[in-house]
Amino acid sequence: MAETQGGRSLVVDAVTHRYPSGALAVENINLDIKGGEIIALLGPSGCGKTTLLRIIAGFIAQTQGRIIIGDDIVDTLPPNRRAVGIVFQNYALFPHLSISENVAYGLAARGIDKATRQREAQRLLDLVQLPAMGERLPRQLSGGQQQRVALARALAIKPSILLLDEPFAALDKNLRLDMQIEVKRLQRVSGITTLIVTHDQEEALSMADRVAVLSHGKLEQFGTPSDVYDRPQTLFVNTFVGSTNRMPGVVVSADRTAAKVRLDAGAEIIARPAGGALSEGGRVTVCIRPEHLQFVGDETGFAGVVGMSLPLGATVVHEVTTADGSGVKVSQARIGETRALENGAAVRLAPLAPSLANAFPATL
Amino acid sequence: MGTAPASRDVTSYGMGLAAPLALFFLLFFVAPLLQLFWLSLHNDTAGLHWGLGQYLHFLTDPFSLGVLGSTLLLGAEVTAVCLVLGFPIAWLYQRVGPKLQTIIILIVLLPLLTSVVVRTFAWIVILGRQGIINATLQSLGIIDTPLKLLYTQFGVVIALAQVQMPLMTLPLITALGRIEPNLDDASCSLGAGSWRTFFRVVLPLSLPGVIAGCTLTYAAAITAFITLSLVGGGQMLFMPMYLYQQASTLQNWPFAAAISIIFLLAVLAVVSVFTTLGRLSRGHGGA
Repeated sequence: MAETQGGRSLVVDAVTHRYPSGALAVENINLDIKGGEIIALLGPSGCGKTTLLRIIAGFIAQTQGRIIIGDDIVDTLPPNRRAVGIVFQNYALFPHLSISENVAYGLAARGIDKATRQREAQRLLDLVQLPAMGERLPRQLSGGQQQRVALARALAIKPSILLLDEPFAALDKNLRLDMQIEVKRLQRVSGITTLIVTHDQEEALSMADRVAVLSHGKLEQFGTPSDVYDRPQTLFVNTFVGSTNRMPGVVVSADRTAAKVRLDAGAEIIARPAGGALSEGGRVTVCIRPEHLQFVGDETGFAGVVGMSLPLGATVVHEVTTADGSGVKVSQARIGETRALENGAAVRLAPLAPSLANAFPATL
Repeated sequence: MGTAPASRDVTSYGMGLAAPLALFFLLFFVAPLLQLFWLSLHNDTAGLHWGLGQYLHFLTDPFSLGVLGSTLLLGAEVTAVCLVLGFPIAWLYQRVGPKLQTIIILIVLLPLLTSVVVRTFAWIVILGRQGIINATLQSLGIIDTPLKLLYTQFGVVIALAQVQMPLMTLPLITALGRIEPNLDDASCSLGAGSWRTFFRVVLPLSLPGVIAGCTLTYAAAITAFITLSLVGGGQMLFMPMYLYQQASTLQNWPFAAAISIIFLLAVLAVVSVFTTLGRLSRGHGGA
């Protein structure tokens, strides 16, 4: 068993898994995770992120590829010998055992004596701020408390890797934020390498050092939250993470760093070729986030007519119909007095900067 | 897994709805039982003298006590066999696909689809001197003379275990199905091997099913008159047959009634031991 808590690296090396039916669950996934990092596996349901988590934990044997924890290739080890701590989506606390017995369960499995187990369980319950709950049964605790117990139980075995499967999905919004902060605090204290599986992009962006975006079993992008949000490498990442306007157009001219695109909405703009080189004359989809569009007074940009305006507190979102009949959303920060826009007003829009408009080759 | 009664207000339902069944039970269960008890309190067959003579006779007679003891022991043996064989079937049921589940449930229920008499005669064919087992073993040259299987404790236990198996397996399947499947994974990820997972998680959580299965199997096994008399034959005397002899053959109704009451109390005692054991083990964990 690993005695060193946290800090161990995790390498997912060219992992492919095929279901018995022949369908691919995950395909050629490569992740190089440094010790002590928090990584989010982000993707819609069915993208293979839970399968990947179960492969790392050892519940599923991958068809190809290797899982390396620290210096050890763990592929031949069963889950009970991998020293991987898991927090399950529904917490999976043992309903017939008290809270301290739950926390001490992994220690008992390692043959640690009762006095040490009790002391260690109490230390962990203090750590997750439930010092007085040891004698209770799981069903006597609230959802958030059960989650803390599940965390304490996973940390008790001093795992080299901590895996969290949709850990906050069952919690209401306020509690979710508290628990996200709590998990991040515990992760910082223990320094343990942590992998969070989630379909919630805000959760991934706010909690993780790096985010791995998965779609249909493939790794779309693996990078820091700002990489993924500001410099998406695929159209999927750009549309799945954050909201975006998709504007079709044709490439007028292009080099490696910039492309001039004629939008169907009726303007030429400079965009960043985000998904690799673009060819002149090719159809592209340009993605511009609502907060990266601005109203312009001159003749640059494209024309549109304001429809609905939605004041959302800190921002106001305007719906604008462009010349080609498609709708775009524009988000304006409410700083001081924002410009009042009437329904039906004619406006012109342009991206804030060329780097904030991402052009991807159009898929059919 | 708590099985504490839900704190629902019983009186909010119309108690009148239970009246037809209550009346039925009163007429055809409680009344005959009281009559039986009444009968057992007579010292003579004519029913003229009151007293506890029948009970005294039974409790001081080594033969009667022997029959009671061997019957209770037989029940324990059948229950143990059913539990040991039934648990793996129930466990398997929860881990296979829906197609295999259908097949397993069909096999489990199959004994219930045939009459007890037919099933018991089938066992006579299998276990008899010229039966399938002896014929096979002899033709293979493993034994020279036929084994005595019929009319033995072994034969009775085997036949009863087959007949009562559904009563054990069905509650076990239900209980195992209620266990959160993630708990297996959780136990494993915390470092526990399959045996520890079984004894610390699966078995304690399936205990309500084990208790229910044991209670049903036990009660059904020791009262299975037909199987006991046919497979047990004349040499093996158990309570149902003893009772029948006293009532029908010897016309000693008060003594037969006393046997019934004692038998009933003995079974209730065993069943309440099961239930208490269950409650004690569930209490473990600081509930």
